[in-house]
Amino acid sequence: MNQKDYQTYVEQVTPKVNGWVSFFKAYISGGIICVIGQCLYTWFKSQGMLHTLANSYTILVLILVSVLLTGFNLVGPLTKTFGAGYLVPITGFANSLASCAIEFKREGQVFGVGSQIFTIAGPVILYGILTSWLFGFIYWILLTVVWW
Amino acid sequence: MMAGKRQGKYTVVFENPPLIRSYAAVVGQKEAEGPLGSYFENVCEDPMMGRKSWEEAEGELQYAAVLKALDKAFLRPEDIEYLFAGDLLGQSIATSFGVMELQIPHFGLYGACSTMGESLSLGAMSLDGGFARRVICVTSSHYASAEKQFRFPLDYGNQRSLAASWTVTGSGALVLEHPSECSEKAAEKCIRIIGITTGKIMVYGIKDSQNMGACMAPAAAFVIGGHLRDMGRKPEDYDRIITGDLGTVGQKILFELLQEDDIDIRARHMDCGIEIFDGESQDTHAGGSGCGCSAVTLCSYIMNQMESGKWKRVLFVPTGALLSKISFNEGMTIPGIAHGVVLENS
Repeated sequence: MNQKDYQTYVEQVTPKVNGWVSFFKAYISGGIICVIGQCLYTWFKSQGMLHTLANSYTILVLILVSVLLTGFNLVGPLTKTFGAGYLVPITGFANSLASCAIEFKREGQVFGVGSQIFTIAGPVILYGILTSWLFGFIYWILLTVVWW
Repeated sequence: MMAGKRQGKYTVVFENPPLIRSYAAVVGQKEAEGPLGSYFENVCEDPMMGRKSWEEAEGELQYAAVLKALDKAFLRPEDIEYLFAGDLLGQSIATSFGVMELQIPHFGLYGACSTMGESLSLGAMSLDGGFARRVICVTSSHYASAEKQFRFPLDYGNQRSLAASWTVTGSGALVLEHPSECSEKAAEKCIRIIGITTGKIMVYGIKDSQNMGACMAPAAAFVIGGHLRDMGRKPEDYDRIITGDLGTVGQKILFELLQEDDIDIRARHMDCGIEIFDGESQDTHAGGSGCGCSAVTLCSYIMNQMESGKWKRVLFVPTGALLSKISFNEGMTIPGIAHGVVLENS
């Protein structure tokens, strides 16, 4: 079997995850997390907080819960089923930071936690900023064109 | 004649087949809960082994396995002339830090998950060549240290692919001895290393590090096919042909590759990775992997079956996928390697 045939053959025999089932699970679980967030926000607001403050508190609570779940090693079992439903919201971001901090703590505060904490979140931040900049630029151009 | 011990192109048949004088496996909790659990004598419930890091814990596993193997043969570290050892971590730190206190002349090896086969091959050659009377071969892997090095932090919630394997936490150590060092009566009980077949690095262009079975299957097929040709034997001449950690996907591919050469090993094949975990209940996907996988299966189940006489001749073929995080990120393919060792019950 030559290399190309082999790769095609391997492709055939390797079991694959059913994408539609994963999409569905992520849709439901991600939706549940958003509903929880909305409940928190509504509650904070009912306590007399302003929109921006209630927003920040909602995010803080979700982050705190996710970090605690990470510490108790409960995120793995959750994402086993939920997948992107848990990882895409702020809960996933918190998990990526907390898990790196725990893993690399032994290597010290600077070269361990300090330099490794963004191993997973780093690319998200970098390309998140880059994409926002790009879309901001496109938006600006559109505005300018429409203005003229 | 210079190459008197060589047979065929890739195989060596020993003049004085070294004896496996003693052996020991140390495993973690998950392995002990698996189908081979009853064969493991030494189980460590604490995955940190009382140490502060995963790397130190893996070193401790090797240290414990070596001491247990020495104990069983009533030997001290001073009685051993060479130590052939390796693990999966960068610069083999688990090995270096694990065995340093033993102060045995040391060869550090890297053959990825095939290291047990490599260390047995080199150990047996040293003995048959007359360069040592007694050597010890040891390898280890640890789920947590391997995840940290090759994949993600343990608590990160990534999803594992269905073809992915689960790194075995454990270490296996074997004391090999030149037959002249042992009384004939004692030697009769020992399993012997009759010969070895050394693998080549096989590249088939697979780049998916989650599908290591596919990366390693060609290497296993090469060693098994090469061995049978060199020895002029058929699969039926072996009670078992045992690969290291191909897993369910790799096993399927191995059968297919060998079938092309008209070799059918289906009835004789066993894979340590498939045996060590119950994929369904232990959620390990394709099976177990790591240097420790073949090592602890050899030092428990396989030796048990051979000593009880159920198996007389076994071809043990640990398999390794030669990748690092750097090579993977740089888009290189993942070559495979395998090392064949023939064990016989005298």
